[in-house]
Amino acid sequence: MAKFRVVHYINQFFAQVGGEEKADHRPESREGFVGPGMAFNAAFGDKAEIVGTVICGDSYFNENLETATKEVLGLISSFKPDLVIAGPAFNAGRYGMACGTVAAAVERELDIPAITGMYKENPGVDSFKKDIYIIETKNSAAGMRDAVKVMAPFALKLAAGEEIGASVEEGYIPNGIRVNFFEEKRGSERAVDMLLAKLAGKPFTTEFPMPDFDRVEPKPAIVDISKATIALVTSGGIVPKGNPDRIESSSASKYGKYDIEGVFDLTESTYETAHGGYDPVYANLDADRVLPVDILREYEKDGKIGKLHRYFYSTTGNGTAVASAKAYAAAIGKELVADGVDAVILTST
Amino acid sequence: MKLELGNIFIHDIQFDDLSRVENGVLYINEEELREHLLEDENISSVSFDIAKPGESVRIMPVKDVIEPRVKVEGRGGVFPGVISKVDTVGSGRTNVLKGAAVVTTGTIVGFQEGIIDMSGPGADYTPFSKLNNLVVICEPVEGLKQHAHEKAVRFAGLKAAAYLGRLAKDLEADEVESFETPSLIESFRQYPDLPRVAYVQMLQTQGLLHDTYVYGVDMKQSITTMLYPTELMDGAIISGNCVSACDKNTTYHHLNNPVIRDLYARHGKELNFVGMIITNENVYLADKERSSDWSAKLAEFLGVDGVIISQEGFGNPDTDLIMNCKKIEAKGIKTVIITDEYAGRDGASQSLADADISANAVVTGGNANMVVNLPPMEKVIGHVKLADTIAGGFDGSLQPDGSIVVELQAITGATNELGFNRLSAR
Amino acid sequence: MCTVVPISLTVGANRIVPTVAIPHPLGNPALPLEEEQEIRRKLLDKALKALTTEVSEQTVFE
Repeated sequence: MAKFRVVHYINQFFAQVGGEEKADHRPESREGFVGPGMAFNAAFGDKAEIVGTVICGDSYFNENLETATKEVLGLISSFKPDLVIAGPAFNAGRYGMACGTVAAAVERELDIPAITGMYKENPGVDSFKKDIYIIETKNSAAGMRDAVKVMAPFALKLAAGEEIGASVEEGYIPNGIRVNFFEEKRGSERAVDMLLAKLAGKPFTTEFPMPDFDRVEPKPAIVDISKATIALVTSGGIVPKGNPDRIESSSASKYGKYDIEGVFDLTESTYETAHGGYDPVYANLDADRVLPVDILREYEKDGKIGKLHRYFYSTTGNGTAVASAKAYAAAIGKELVADGVDAVILTST
Repeated sequence: MKLELGNIFIHDIQFDDLSRVENGVLYINEEELREHLLEDENISSVSFDIAKPGESVRIMPVKDVIEPRVKVEGRGGVFPGVISKVDTVGSGRTNVLKGAAVVTTGTIVGFQEGIIDMSGPGADYTPFSKLNNLVVICEPVEGLKQHAHEKAVRFAGLKAAAYLGRLAKDLEADEVESFETPSLIESFRQYPDLPRVAYVQMLQTQGLLHDTYVYGVDMKQSITTMLYPTELMDGAIISGNCVSACDKNTTYHHLNNPVIRDLYARHGKELNFVGMIITNENVYLADKERSSDWSAKLAEFLGVDGVIISQEGFGNPDTDLIMNCKKIEAKGIKTVIITDEYAGRDGASQSLADADISANAVVTGGNANMVVNLPPMEKVIGHVKLADTIAGGFDGSLQPDGSIVVELQAITGATNELGFNRLSAR
Repeated sequence: MCTVVPISLTVGANRIVPTVAIPHPLGNPALPLEEEQEIRRKLLDKALKALTTEVSEQTVFE
């Protein structure tokens, strides 16, 4: 098999052009490896080869972000690489931003795999960890050997299109994508280890950092509810009997939209729940317990509300990913707005 | 309280004229066992099959997995309040048919229960692929309601396990393990300098196919309470739940609770394992508040420095987990929680339904939404057609060639939240 | 409208009406239908009140 063609991006310092006084160095390219590229080239063995190195001063790059990115990408693509490595930048902030920008742009615009390496506190980490793989390094160039040991084989894996394992296995900084893998010890033993560390005041690493949930601004109140069209939406899995859309009992891949024109009561013979996360007996006997069509029809008749919207929307919240729920909500919301619905009552189980 | 477990290693199961254990082989007289199980008038038919490690066999839908055990010395019998009379268990000597299990299968509701593959990629995710399994296939009498059906199958599994366990009553054990929990005062005298640790076990109690029983009591009707850890080893806690089977505890899990084992392993060396608290995961908010208040109160009363909290299930029980964690931490007691994740098939979503800053020490059993491809097996025990509707399956899960594409959550015990497995995620 | 209010608060809902129980948020199978429907009316009245009340932050309508 032919060797992968690799382009290496480094700054003026690692290219030995100069220090801070040369930070305005404009982008240039050279054949083959330069500076730390030697170590990468050696680590690649017969699997890959650094065919070119692109060099840019950190100040020039960050002060001329748009043009510098364009220039650097042009130089990189002229080598027709299969893979791009930027840095590692260790704890150098501007270099980290440059490496992150270059690697992300290479993936996005050239569609070529690209990685970089940084110390975990480098400001480039937060900016780019979700866009590209950033291998965690020590905080100074003294960690170059260790960085190459991890970055080179990982880069080869990425270039070959092999499956990428979890962050702890591969050495990249967690990017928010949860990946399964087999630990050395079973979970209960890891829990005991973690508790003993916590009790002794020693450092420990949680396996799942608590998530941040987003917030939305509350909408203004409905001025006259007796004129309002109200729609019902539920994550309780209420569907017409027989579950015509085959909504999954858990981890739903879709939502259903059902016409309730002329329906005044949800009965055992007409509606049921598709939800697998709660005892379904009560909802199956009377789905109004989850989706209160009966009473809202009464309110409609009495003029307490304007109108119950002709369709209700339903999915199963059980084990369904937040990203899926968000996508369904966006699609449902768009239709409800287009249909002139004023308010939604969302029931959950 | 002190309990000895006498392990008798089983490396094979065979049907035979006489039920017995001989040279590590478990022989079963099918007719005798069938008659025993058919005593339940709610069961119309029972059949058996055997599934061994490495075989091209798929069992689905799996309801429960139970390890055969028998009381040899000491009070009570296995599965007290259910199979045996109510009596406090957990002391004396219990024999175990190690390496064997009873697996129950049967169609109870449309979407339910898990999959056990005895070989192939699915086998890596379930601990039960490593056991010699007697599969009990029960069919109910016509018209039996779901709650009664569930109970009939639950009892059939326990009865079969107790029947097999009795074969070990007079056998000499291959290995004897010993576990002891003294009184609070005595344990403090023994280990005054070691950190005091308790275990808080949350039990799934959400209704049909989501219930757990303690000494025969439906745990959703109990408030948070305490047990000696050795009581579980005699079957004080049994499973009545299996939906989204990846993170539900089978009775086998309760009998072999790994948190209890790993705390005992460090007991007297690095920590003082003083005991355990069991609590529930009910469907009413007031119950959630009350039960977690009690967990925190009992942990404080035990005077512990730290606790491990294990969850069962996901979704609304994430709130019970966070309440337990937050309230116990607020007492100045350090916590580690064990959970699993529903991060979406691409792993990019938030993994838990609830969160709190005090939950800063988390062990995870992996992302249950991960999709696995289970290749066809030569033999399927049970009802393969259910692949589309069991939790974790989706329309088209069952492929024309007999392979099944499902989320990990359909595999029995795959992301267990007692920390039974090595699977994790980052 | 949900039973597990803490989850709704965590995930960021702005107008929250606490309900009866997870498997039957707007009902109670232990009661006769008329009484169940009365529960449903009370809960929906709260929901309508929530929809017609200005809020500036997450609010639980007990």
